[in-house]
Amino acid sequence: MAEYCAVIGVGQTHHKSKRDDVSIAGLVREAAKMALADADLTWTDIDAVVIGKAPDMFEGNMMPELYLAPALGAVGKPMFRVHTAGSVGGSTSLVAAHLISSGIHKRVLTVAYEKQSDSDAMWALSVPQPFAAPLLAGAGGYFAPHIRAYMRRSGAPEYIGRMVAVKDRINALRNPYAHLHLPDIDMKMVEDSMMLWDPLRYLEACPSSDGAAAMVLAAEDSLSGSYPPAWIHGMAMRSEPTMFAGRDQVNPQAGRDCSADVYAQAGITNPRAEIDVAEVYVPFSWYEPMWLENLGFCDLGDGWKLTEAGATAFEGDIPWNTSGGVLSSNPIGASGMLRFLEVAMQVRGQAGEHQIDGARRALGQAYGGGSQFFSMWVLGSDKP
Amino acid sequence: MSARTTTEELGPVTTLATPIRLDFEFTPGVAQSRFLRGLEKGKFVGQRCPTCGKVYVPSRGSCPTDGVPTTEDVDLGNVGTVTTYCVVNVPFAGQSIEIPYICAQVLLDGANISFMGLIQEIPTDEIRMGMRVEAVWVEPEELTPSLASVRYFRPSGEPDADYETYKDYL
Repeated sequence: MAEYCAVIGVGQTHHKSKRDDVSIAGLVREAAKMALADADLTWTDIDAVVIGKAPDMFEGNMMPELYLAPALGAVGKPMFRVHTAGSVGGSTSLVAAHLISSGIHKRVLTVAYEKQSDSDAMWALSVPQPFAAPLLAGAGGYFAPHIRAYMRRSGAPEYIGRMVAVKDRINALRNPYAHLHLPDIDMKMVEDSMMLWDPLRYLEACPSSDGAAAMVLAAEDSLSGSYPPAWIHGMAMRSEPTMFAGRDQVNPQAGRDCSADVYAQAGITNPRAEIDVAEVYVPFSWYEPMWLENLGFCDLGDGWKLTEAGATAFEGDIPWNTSGGVLSSNPIGASGMLRFLEVAMQVRGQAGEHQIDGARRALGQAYGGGSQFFSMWVLGSDKP
Repeated sequence: MSARTTTEELGPVTTLATPIRLDFEFTPGVAQSRFLRGLEKGKFVGQRCPTCGKVYVPSRGSCPTDGVPTTEDVDLGNVGTVTTYCVVNVPFAGQSIEIPYICAQVLLDGANISFMGLIQEIPTDEIRMGMRVEAVWVEPEELTPSLASVRYFRPSGEPDADYETYKDYL
């Protein structure tokens, strides 16, 4: 990339099942104001705004970027809307970063959100298609068969999913912004929860949240704020068709290619050894071991062994989802950005109770659609 | 409520329900018409890629991997293998099938890609990967150029397929 780019401000809402105290405009503004304050900037310091959310059909609110421009101080400035399904929060961050790295702008505000209480995501993701039987029951119905395929392929014991469900909810207890705070969470509570999409139980699935995330990105000559910048060491996006003969639905090629690209840019050859902390899009428990393999943290078939050994726990050697992850907060459009934002907080040393001591390099990952959109960045506390 | 009650006393309006209805037209085009006309005759019609030889069903008219038109029609049988599945036990608005139901990926014999199918005539806890299934069609006079012509799939009674035969389709 031509110009160095860093995260200099982060903001997020308290994610909840229902934020009926604010409109969508109020929700995004809350996160944006917090990010500006973190960067010691005001609206007038921002050159452009990049906003992302999941499908408009969720809230039935078409092209919301048009009416959100005033709430985000974007009147008279360039404003871009990004959409890549569940990965959108990640790809929105990257589009904002491209505006800096290309030398076009100095300071860009990027925002992502979802107001699930205004929406019916299950319905929007289950609309009958002309060439498919009307069987799909939301995202869980889509991913559960691929999880079963992973279990068969890897020979993983069935309790691994429950371990992830517990681990991420324990991490969420450290994060005051997380939606779910379940102090009594344990394996039995997960096992006793309702089976929704066999083999996935209720507590192995993400919640429905209202929430927004925002970041201020800046060029090297435009840094501000009291925390150190989180430098971008690598960023990449990849996509692939949802359906083609020979597609590996468990370990998608686009995810492998995306991580190879981002590691090459960051000079990483051994992710497990060289990355201090990772925030990875795990909306259903089993996606932790699946993405451990897809992201090259271990050999194929060994992802579940890392989870089982506690390697990804807060005290493990490669903590995954210190924020509590998507399993603890899921404002869908913002969920990818929250992954990218959490790793910025980690390398800036501002993560409070969920700070990993000495985190200097971190990976943020988001995926979306039928596992066909991937976006990733590697951030570092040192200038690359 | 008194006419003099102020907005401040009433508080903000938190939520308004605004139902949306959307009917849309879909133009299947030439390639997808082959599949739909096949359904109207009670059979699955796929297409083979001239480069990689893989058979798509339904075909969108080109091979996503090779980027070439698929022109050779392939009549597929009525029987296939469940590669993987889930049991749906969650209700949602507009759901047309009684829960719990089995939602499976069915790989028809001779095809190189699976599609989603409903499995019936078996208890939900007896479904398994590799199960052989057959399509159950609506009555001949009810056949239409749509997937509604397939009522569901049911066990064919054959022995389960070996994992090696379908592991590359997961």
